Amino acid sequence: MSDGRPSGPLGKILTPSRASAMRSSGTTIASSLAAIAIALTICAVLLAATGKNPIDAYSTILETGASGNKLLEMMRRATPLIFSATAVAVGFKMNIFNIGVEGQYLFAALIAAEVGSHLSLPGVLHVAVILLVAMIAGAAWASIAAVLKVSKNVHEVISTIMLNYIALSVIQWLFENFFRDDSDGGLNVKTTLLPDSGKMPDIVSGRLNAMFIVALVTVAIFWVVVYRSRFGFRLRASGFNATAAATAGIDARRMTVIAMLLSGAVAGLVAMQSVTGEAFAYGPNATPIQFGFAGITVALLGRNHPAGIVVAALLFGFLDSTSAELQLAAVPNSIVKVMQAIIVLTVVIINEATIRRMNIKTAERARAELAAGGAQ
Amino acid sequence: MTTTIDATPTSTPRRMSKARRLALMGLTIVAVMSATRLWTGYDNLTSSGTIGAALRLTVPILLAGLAGLWAERVGILNIGIEGMMILGTWFGAFGAWKWGPWVGLALAVLGGMLGGLIHAIATIRFSIDQVISGVVMNLFAFFGVRYLSELLFVGQPQGGISQSPPQSSAIPRIDVPFLAGGPIGGWTSPDILGWFEERRWFLIGDLAGILKGLTSNLSLASLIAVLLVPLSAWVLWRTTFGLRLRSSGEAPEAAESLGVNVIRVRYIGLLISGGLAGLGGGFLSIVSSSYYRQGQTAGRGFIGLATMIFGNWRPSGVLGGAAVFGYSEGLKLVAGGSITGLFLFIALVSLLMLIVAVQARAQRRAVTTVIIGALAVLAFATVNEVPESLTQSLPYVVTLVVLATASQRLRPPAKAGAPYRPGGAH
Repeated sequence: MSDGRPSGPLGKILTPSRASAMRSSGTTIASSLAAIAIALTICAVLLAATGKNPIDAYSTILETGASGNKLLEMMRRATPLIFSATAVAVGFKMNIFNIGVEGQYLFAALIAAEVGSHLSLPGVLHVAVILLVAMIAGAAWASIAAVLKVSKNVHEVISTIMLNYIALSVIQWLFENFFRDDSDGGLNVKTTLLPDSGKMPDIVSGRLNAMFIVALVTVAIFWVVVYRSRFGFRLRASGFNATAAATAGIDARRMTVIAMLLSGAVAGLVAMQSVTGEAFAYGPNATPIQFGFAGITVALLGRNHPAGIVVAALLFGFLDSTSAELQLAAVPNSIVKVMQAIIVLTVVIINEATIRRMNIKTAERARAELAAGGAQ
Repeated sequence: MTTTIDATPTSTPRRMSKARRLALMGLTIVAVMSATRLWTGYDNLTSSGTIGAALRLTVPILLAGLAGLWAERVGILNIGIEGMMILGTWFGAFGAWKWGPWVGLALAVLGGMLGGLIHAIATIRFSIDQVISGVVMNLFAFFGVRYLSELLFVGQPQGGISQSPPQSSAIPRIDVPFLAGGPIGGWTSPDILGWFEERRWFLIGDLAGILKGLTSNLSLASLIAVLLVPLSAWVLWRTTFGLRLRSSGEAPEAAESLGVNVIRVRYIGLLISGGLAGLGGGFLSIVSSSYYRQGQTAGRGFIGLATMIFGNWRPSGVLGGAAVFGYSEGLKLVAGGSITGLFLFIALVSLLMLIVAVQARAQRRAVTTVIIGALAVLAFATVNEVPESLTQSLPYVVTLVVLATASQRLRPPAKAGAPYRPGGAH
């Protein structure tokens, strides 16, 4: 009791010792690994049931990872996942479920590509402006859901689902009527190509774009802001218990708007690897889709923690990178996506069960200590 | 709970007046529609062709909406309807290709139920977040059927990773005798509604067109789907079992204290929900077309969710919402240009509502209707063609507007989305 913590059983619950904190993160990692093992077993059963040899499939996946080029591809594929998972996680920290990352990033990709193609700025500045425009556009689209939530109490799960589809319509309308560039005879269905100054350089030519670094920096900023700043503390407090936080003077509505805008801003960067690093334009067939939903799974797998998100994104990026080899080994590569869905579901289930078991244990321990204290 | 029970009319005079009011409202809408048709010359607004197409497009949305309703009434959010519909499209097409359309529909229901079962195990047995489970369900279904297609459809004639081989037979379609000129044992009965429709008289021609659209070339599958609306309403609001189902969504702890097995009831609700979504998917791949195609559901699961919301979690409301979207899609399909006629329709309806509002001395409502009417007149006068890309998003925009303006009138099941564990209430 010399370290000034509140004493008694209540104090132990409120301020877990460093040892117990380590134990709980150990439990977290162990249960994640157990979940992945269970998911792989389920997939093996599915593969076997559909007449494919699971051992062949898994060894193909493992052999693939050995080469350096595959590691680069893993990182390339992880990049958009890191952005979208971070966007989802920012929302989760405020207890907001942003299913609208899909619409936000596609809208941002169109606007940023169009604006970027009209600018002429020195290199670094040009790229920075494009990224900034993407973040503003993503935040702007997310702001619709934020306003609906705080002023009209419309649940963000419903509004962002609807806004995803509205975004697709608006994007198609804007693209077909205003932004489509057919100066090459309509061969490439795209916006005007970015000038060279607007292109994000590659780290390894043709293999990995510098957007990967931007993604890691974004995650680092996410960590600092959410876990190490006063604002982040207020955000998490409000998300954890809005009523309690309100008594401490934290305005839940303001936090909701800020979290949604931040989430949308990060979402705006999801397709930037494609826009500034690969296709140099927005195009319905050139810009990758479905990353908003994949981001939700990565955020869940990484438990909304910065390090977890990076690891989960790399894992999913790795699995995605094996699809060509799987196809060669006559295993339908969609199994990789099925595997990802099963992994996430098992991780969430096991996580839920672990938390419940730990809560029960904590409650029992507290009860036992109270009983012992009462006997003295 | 009490409000739900009170809301269903019990005394005969009240029910009479409600039915009469509904009939009067329906007739007024058709009359305004008829006036719009005569004014603009867009005969397709109420033609049997448009209404028939509208019905075919309504059914999958309707089934998706009912799927959402059954899930939320037992207290579970179902974001995974889209995924369960995808399972329905695939299993339905597979069954119909192998063993005929009726087996296909049955397999579609079973496929959807499989999705419902997974959602149930995840959310009830393991009590994970219901939205998360739904999102994962959508991904799982999308890629799961892609995997199955690669195993079973690739290499088949006209089959592939994103498409099934076409089916050789279809669900029978009927023309109702006398009304729509259907045959009775080889003799072709007179097409009475068709005769009236061709006269194009005010109101009568429109009513005949609408009724003929509903009674001619009618797929038996559509008939079954529409009958599921009164069936759902009857089971949920008129049977003991239905009361148990709804009580699990309104107050599970109270239901448990009265001896209701909430867990079992919720499993049943989600299985029905999945089955309905699967049937909706099967309708798309067996009735609306004759093969499975990737992306066939095209967000209809989410439109269904939308109709559930502004149908106020009631079967009749879901039918109304689904019909509005089905109609606008059908009109677009049959006669895209006629859609500008709807602006005039909106203007005329707001004129009528203005009269009602002035009589009731409701000033704010009067101002709102004037603004809406003015906008509609402006749109009718200036817009020649509504961009296809924007009309697609109509259901979603309408849902957001309804949620933003009328949410205080909506009454979702009280405990939909809340986790529940038996014995949780001490």
